[in-house]
Amino acid sequence: MKESNDIMILDAVERYIRGEMNPDERLFFENLRKTNGEIDQLVVEHTLFLQQMNRFGEWKKFKSNLHEVHTDLAQQGKIKADKLKGGAKVVYIWKKYKRVAAIAASIAGITAITISSLVWSISPKPDNQKLQDLSRDLQRVKEDQRKYNSEVTKEVNTLKNKITVPVKEIDYKSGGSGFIIDPKGLLVTNAHVVKDAKNIAVQNRSGNSFNATIIFLDKEKDLAILKIEDENFKPFTSIPYSISKSTTDLAEPIYTLGYPRDEIVYGEGYLSAQTGFKNDTLSCQISIPANPGNSGGPVMNKQGEVIGILSTRETSAEGVVFALRARHIHNALNELKKDTSYQRIKLSSRSSLNGLERTQQVKKVEDYVFMVKVSR
Amino acid sequence: MNPENNERTLLQGLARNDRKAVETIYKENYTTVQALIINNNGSADDAKDIFQEAMIVLYEKARSGTFELSCQIKTYVYSVSRRLWLKRLQQANRYSADIGNADGVVPVEEDIDEHERRDAEFDMMEKAIQGLGEPCKSLLEAFYLRKMNMQEIATAFGYTNAENAKTQKYKCLMRLKKIFFSHYKNGTEDERK
Repeated sequence: MKESNDIMILDAVERYIRGEMNPDERLFFENLRKTNGEIDQLVVEHTLFLQQMNRFGEWKKFKSNLHEVHTDLAQQGKIKADKLKGGAKVVYIWKKYKRVAAIAASIAGITAITISSLVWSISPKPDNQKLQDLSRDLQRVKEDQRKYNSEVTKEVNTLKNKITVPVKEIDYKSGGSGFIIDPKGLLVTNAHVVKDAKNIAVQNRSGNSFNATIIFLDKEKDLAILKIEDENFKPFTSIPYSISKSTTDLAEPIYTLGYPRDEIVYGEGYLSAQTGFKNDTLSCQISIPANPGNSGGPVMNKQGEVIGILSTRETSAEGVVFALRARHIHNALNELKKDTSYQRIKLSSRSSLNGLERTQQVKKVEDYVFMVKVSR
Repeated sequence: MNPENNERTLLQGLARNDRKAVETIYKENYTTVQALIINNNGSADDAKDIFQEAMIVLYEKARSGTFELSCQIKTYVYSVSRRLWLKRLQQANRYSADIGNADGVVPVEEDIDEHERRDAEFDMMEKAIQGLGEPCKSLLEAFYLRKMNMQEIATAFGYTNAENAKTQKYKCLMRLKKIFFSHYKNGTEDERK
């Protein structure tokens, strides 16, 4: 009987693995295991299986335990689960049914219009006299309105005149790019971008301009930090990328965003040398298409960390571009922190872009890259 | 007890599937995670799912003994939940750029990958056992998961004696092991590729 034999062997293997054998039996079995390769194989295989089975059992038990805990805690009111209350529920329902609500509303609108036009077309026509009166009334209302409007415009015009006389339109020229390093409106750019600037404005992708001032300038490193000082500027909640402190490896793929023209432009390339122009250790050499205007833009690696600030290109060679290492942003901020009003600034050290595809990364980063405009 | 010791005790309890520990961690973290999910297009059920999955990741981590208290349980659970929910949103193509607080999170990608791999294994096991049908399913569960002995099983399942139950169990076990090892081998080959 082969099967009963197999059953016996398996039974023995199981008892052996579980440590249920008495010492003599165990010794005997271990000898058997040494001499019989098949049995040894079975022990190994079955141990693996039992391990997996045990873990599976514990995993299931843990899961059911979680469910129980959840139900218990919810019943005791120690967690507010299942029953969403008040605001949360309204918000949730609104979010969930937003689209349905929109569709329903438009259907309701169309129905209302149809019905009212139907009612209007089949309802008895009002007599002309009344209609005339009505329209005259309307005319009068219109006239009143016009009079009022003209008064308002007159006033506005005088106001405008008053304003426009002292303030002359500032003639901005695009200087370069810059990117946000603090949600409250601190930007990094190159010092040469804002060189000799009388006024500085930064413009986001949607074309909105904000006034900015220089709060830090290091001509030697070619680094400047600007602060947006404009009441129309709404601070960001957080910044998607982090500013890297470490060096990047050769040949690592990188990309940049900047404003060589009025539109934001994406470029990609790789790190080609660890040092910059004439072995300058402050910067590194990258290979990326860049034009005037790209200066000050972020150079990002594929984890979504800023590794540098695009700064200069060699005029004699095509495609040789230098970027200032991002570490200097940290250094500059440390300098800046000596001034009491900027002590709270902290660069985010973790990029939330890690693991995202390039297009998704860019989508998130582009709102944080600004055109830096200056008037000289 | 200082907070660090307290966290360590909690994790040890969690690794043993200790009810009290599970309850404590649950109570202290659920609301935050629920708020995160609900504020980002999720429902209360989603919140429960995600939170429990995060708890399982923590459980596995605690069991493996590699959970050095480099961060608080709170931070870890939040980070895992946030990552899991981001993944879920991405799968549903409702791409959400940024949710919750990105500053206070720790990297958990590796743990989640590990968890997903293990989850897939357990899912496979679950399906394999389900696929056996009765009486195999109940028989094997009773023996391997509920750890009943053959005598108890024979009585509970109405076999005339423990030997008969053992024979039946053996047949069921062979079927399950066959499925298990075919998946297991495929799985490891896939990894090698």
